[in-house]
Amino acid sequence: MSLWEYANPRKFMALSGAVLPIAAVGTAVAMVVGLVWGFFFTPDDYRQGSTVKIIYIHVPSAMIAINCWLMMLITSLVWLIRRHHVSALAAKAAAPIGATMTVIALLTGAIWGQPMWGTWWAWDPRLTSFLILFLFYLGYMALWAAVENPDTAAELTSVLCIVGSVFAVLSRYALVFWNQGLHQGASLSLDKEENVSDVFYWPLLICIAGFVGLFITLVLLRTRTEVRDRRLKALIARERMA
Amino acid sequence: MIALLKRDLALAVRAGGGFGLALAFFLIVVTLTPFAVGPNAGTLSIIAAGILWLGALLSCLLSLDRILALDYEDGALELLATAPIPLEAVAGIKALAHWLTTGLPLTLVAPVLGVLLNLPEPGYLWLTLSLAIGTPALSVVGTFGAALTVGLKRGGLLLSLIVLPLYVPTLIFGAEVARRASEGMPISEFSTPLALLAGITLGTLALLPFASAAAIRINLR
Repeated sequence: MSLWEYANPRKFMALSGAVLPIAAVGTAVAMVVGLVWGFFFTPDDYRQGSTVKIIYIHVPSAMIAINCWLMMLITSLVWLIRRHHVSALAAKAAAPIGATMTVIALLTGAIWGQPMWGTWWAWDPRLTSFLILFLFYLGYMALWAAVENPDTAAELTSVLCIVGSVFAVLSRYALVFWNQGLHQGASLSLDKEENVSDVFYWPLLICIAGFVGLFITLVLLRTRTEVRDRRLKALIARERMA
Repeated sequence: MIALLKRDLALAVRAGGGFGLALAFFLIVVTLTPFAVGPNAGTLSIIAAGILWLGALLSCLLSLDRILALDYEDGALELLATAPIPLEAVAGIKALAHWLTTGLPLTLVAPVLGVLLNLPEPGYLWLTLSLAIGTPALSVVGTFGAALTVGLKRGGLLLSLIVLPLYVPTLIFGAEVARRASEGMPISEFSTPLALLAGITLGTLALLPFASAAAIRINLR
């Protein structure tokens, strides 16, 4: 019994079909609890007022946006090394979700930044690196869409994902060098003395759990669609041959 | 490998006008800039270093799809892939040929165009040097992008979309060197971005030909 067994599309479909409803319900519960708690049952910040509540969408979506790329990197490596089709399809399925999360993070950030910093946008390293991350997602998805042969597309996008990861990290640190930040530092670290206040901390954690659940649900759903799409194409091809 | 380099250079110079195209484009970008921001010499001298870097980068982008597309169409790339020299070396040579026909001329012409944009006096030396150090990275990264999109019919726009985000670190450090130097800062103020720029160039030179070769192999399969 190993993890790799689920690289078999049939096994993957069986397992993901069983997991999907659980993940969906868990996501719904976590998001409802987290967002309702966050929006209605936490106090306003003494300086930021009620705008602080954007944190419940902004932070989780930003975390997913970055970790989605990390997941794509891992699945791309798995595809290149072990040739599991489900892995490549999962990377393909995840990209639009990551891109959407990046946009959500940027938009909520702008809405939050306007009252707090007095500007919708600043060329702050964090903001800029998210914009660049979005461009990486766009290029990645465009390459998937442009190449006709699915296996070639999987290979090329995997190579792009690996090289892109290196350049994304490079860009991140180049940007820190390039401009001073307006954005605050990390305030959810496990090893820091001073983090975001406990009143906001717990609903935020639940919201993050909700977003992670949402990500898992959507990735499973979209990967299943991709697998079915691939099967359908194989069936049509077989039909033509006969 | 020398023969391949000579062949690529001859093709670039003689056939199709790809050689002068980048230079002409660079000139046009620089000419259009004052129309867009106004002819005020003060404004121009502030943005000159950045515009020159950006213009060089965009001109470089223009000729990227020529690196491999022609060889792919007439089958020369398949011959190169089966040739006794490793495909990684071919990718490296292709990038070198692209740099010699694009990056190097752009670098040499940049100080002349700097006059048009009223680039401050101390900026000339370091603008030229930063371009000389940075443009090889543009060619190598561009070869990787060309290798990814070589099999596609309309790869040009996609190539730009893929390559431009990869150009970010090079542009940041390169333009930073040129900008700080043109503001008259001493060299100690911009030795860090200069070193990082050189680091990016050397790093991409060492590693990206492998990725390019992998992408070419996938596309030829």
